[in-house]
Amino acid sequence: MTSEQCRGGNILKTLTGAKIVMAVLKEEGVKTIFGYPGGAVIDIYDELTRTDIQHILVRHEQGAVHAADGYARAKGAVGVCLVTSGPGATNTVTGIASAYMDSIPILVLTGQVPTALIGNDAFQEVDIVGITRPCTKHNYLVKRTEDLAPVLKEAFYVARSGRPGPVLVDLPKDVIQGKTGYKPLTEPRLASYKPTYRPNKKQLHRAVELIKKAKRPVIFSGGGTILSNASRELIEFAEKLHAPVTASLMGLGSFPGTHPLWLGMLGMHGTYRANMSIGACDLLIGIGVRFDDRVTGKVEEFAPNANIIHIDIDPTSISKNIPVTVPIVGDCRIVLKELNGLLDADRVKIDKKSRENWLKRIEKWKSTNPLSYEQKNTIKPQYVIEKLYELTKGDAIITTEVGQNQMWAAQYYHFDSPNCFITSGGLGCMGFGLPAAIGAQVACPGKKVVDVAGDGSIQMNIQELATAVQYKLPVKVVILNNKYLGMVRQWQELFYERRYAYTDIEHSPDFVRLAEAYGALGLRATRPQEVVPVLKKGLESPLPAMMDFWVAREESVYPMVPAGAAITEMLLV
Amino acid sequence: MQKHIISLLVDNEPGVLSRVAGLFSGRGFNIESLCVAETMNPSVSRMTLVTRGDEHIVEQIKKQLNKLINVIKVHDLTGTEFVQREMALVKVKAKRDYRAEILRIVDIFRCKVVDVSPTHYTIEATGTAEKLGAILGMLKPIGIKEIARTGAIALSREKKGKEGAYGKD
Repeated sequence: MTSEQCRGGNILKTLTGAKIVMAVLKEEGVKTIFGYPGGAVIDIYDELTRTDIQHILVRHEQGAVHAADGYARAKGAVGVCLVTSGPGATNTVTGIASAYMDSIPILVLTGQVPTALIGNDAFQEVDIVGITRPCTKHNYLVKRTEDLAPVLKEAFYVARSGRPGPVLVDLPKDVIQGKTGYKPLTEPRLASYKPTYRPNKKQLHRAVELIKKAKRPVIFSGGGTILSNASRELIEFAEKLHAPVTASLMGLGSFPGTHPLWLGMLGMHGTYRANMSIGACDLLIGIGVRFDDRVTGKVEEFAPNANIIHIDIDPTSISKNIPVTVPIVGDCRIVLKELNGLLDADRVKIDKKSRENWLKRIEKWKSTNPLSYEQKNTIKPQYVIEKLYELTKGDAIITTEVGQNQMWAAQYYHFDSPNCFITSGGLGCMGFGLPAAIGAQVACPGKKVVDVAGDGSIQMNIQELATAVQYKLPVKVVILNNKYLGMVRQWQELFYERRYAYTDIEHSPDFVRLAEAYGALGLRATRPQEVVPVLKKGLESPLPAMMDFWVAREESVYPMVPAGAAITEMLLV
Repeated sequence: MQKHIISLLVDNEPGVLSRVAGLFSGRGFNIESLCVAETMNPSVSRMTLVTRGDEHIVEQIKKQLNKLINVIKVHDLTGTEFVQREMALVKVKAKRDYRAEILRIVDIFRCKVVDVSPTHYTIEATGTAEKLGAILGMLKPIGIKEIARTGAIALSREKKGKEGAYGKD
């Protein structure tokens, strides 16, 4: 029973902790959560049945976090998951670490033993706040029911504001069962947390001066552009500057992959022209990037002739790996808007001639060493991705696992809009793709969602196929099956004299029959001419479908920059 | 590798120390000493930490500290006007022949004897790290049995002159 009383004009209801959790979720507009019940969270689950919030029961807690991650990226909102204490909580750690590296806003609610038992090594007790301190943006242990609403409210705020990231809230059972007064709260203000959204004017002007002088500029866009919804502003900026654009893995889709100024991806498996243009540019404008080692290669030889303008909302990203000429701390969208405005106001004229020379030079790089492969008797993985791109007209949401499958998806699927390429970029977490696809499909029911997988990584969270079947989520899995842990095998081939230490997957399940056992559609292609029919059939099916493509076993991802080399020193085939 | 004294205001909450300490260990930053205590505002604590690193590293340390949600303010005192103190409690073996000598050292360095026994003196010493080093250097040959030392605590100096302590009159 709830009693109501009036206090200062606000209706103050006395609610249980579990009801308060539901109330805050609803206030925050949460429609779906991903989770797995257990003893410590029974009360929350009990309450959940009395709301209209949809709960997706995953098959492993790691899946719940990746699904919340995929949901957050596809929807551009905070993804929420709910798990129990102890093992339920520890199973979320990999997913949290992945979301942390990629700055994805998720809220992880974990059950905890009653406060009186904390520290006593109780059944299913684990110090999850301690464990996840270094891989969350922030985390909380709620000790009193009175603190529950403000903490949850703050958790949502912290997760989605500034540089977004995962936030964990640990909920002891007695806090959930306890009762307290509740009224809806407004957005919290924290004395110690004030993200900088608006850029420093002086730095903007310095940036404009560099832009005016530049003869060979390159724009380098990252996940931050997508997180701040800055794609439109980025396109305007690039067209104004008539400057070519490259992106990190996380930035794919922030700039249209079919735009004439598009260079392709940058970095270890970036395109020849993108990497070469970094070597030759005189101005590099990094937007929402963090100059990760997979992008820079040897730091000393990264953009050696260039002034660097770095726009990012997180000051720690700036001058962390690469010294920059003009640091601009702020929200990418706001910064780009202001830069566009300044360029207009200054009537900045781009020196067309020098720019045409620059673009011509890039065009030459493009035609000498384009991404390529040869389709002969065995199926080439690149061919599968190309056909997938054609058949989905570039309009699908692509999630990936990690390794060669991820790189081929990044190279051969051309992303025209943001939030369509969902991958574990920073952590590089195998087992990410299928649950992330499930999350993305929940967020975007009308979209085709395809997980590009390898035969290794799909087996890390393959149990989530049951989730997809149960909730009638027609996700598609494209397995590029080379019976190897392909990316490590590739390194062994190139740098370890072909000693394939434990990368040969000698036994895998029959993926077709496995899919059928789960109640999904299973399909297989072993010859090139079967690729298109299998893709068509799988994509058109109303069921979740797993498509097993037997691809050339020793195909490698090229270009490749060996670890520690300059990014212009590429192995081309 | 310059030494930096960084003064932090943080939320006085469980886990905050662990966040700060974890940041240093997790990112491979060096931490020489760390002192924490509540301020006049019971919801805020001051941490004074001493670290070493080149400019780039110290810049990262400060930015990373600022990024922690529970850190309210980060102030690098190095290069500014500030006062700093450390304290040491030193238990010295005090045989009859040395008792007078120990007291002379205590006197010279303006220390205090806070505990006396027939065989030992316990001395309270405060000052900069250098001063404490000098005191310990004097006492060591006599025989130090135990020592307990704080890290540095520090506060910035107020401006002198017109708006200084004696300013407005």
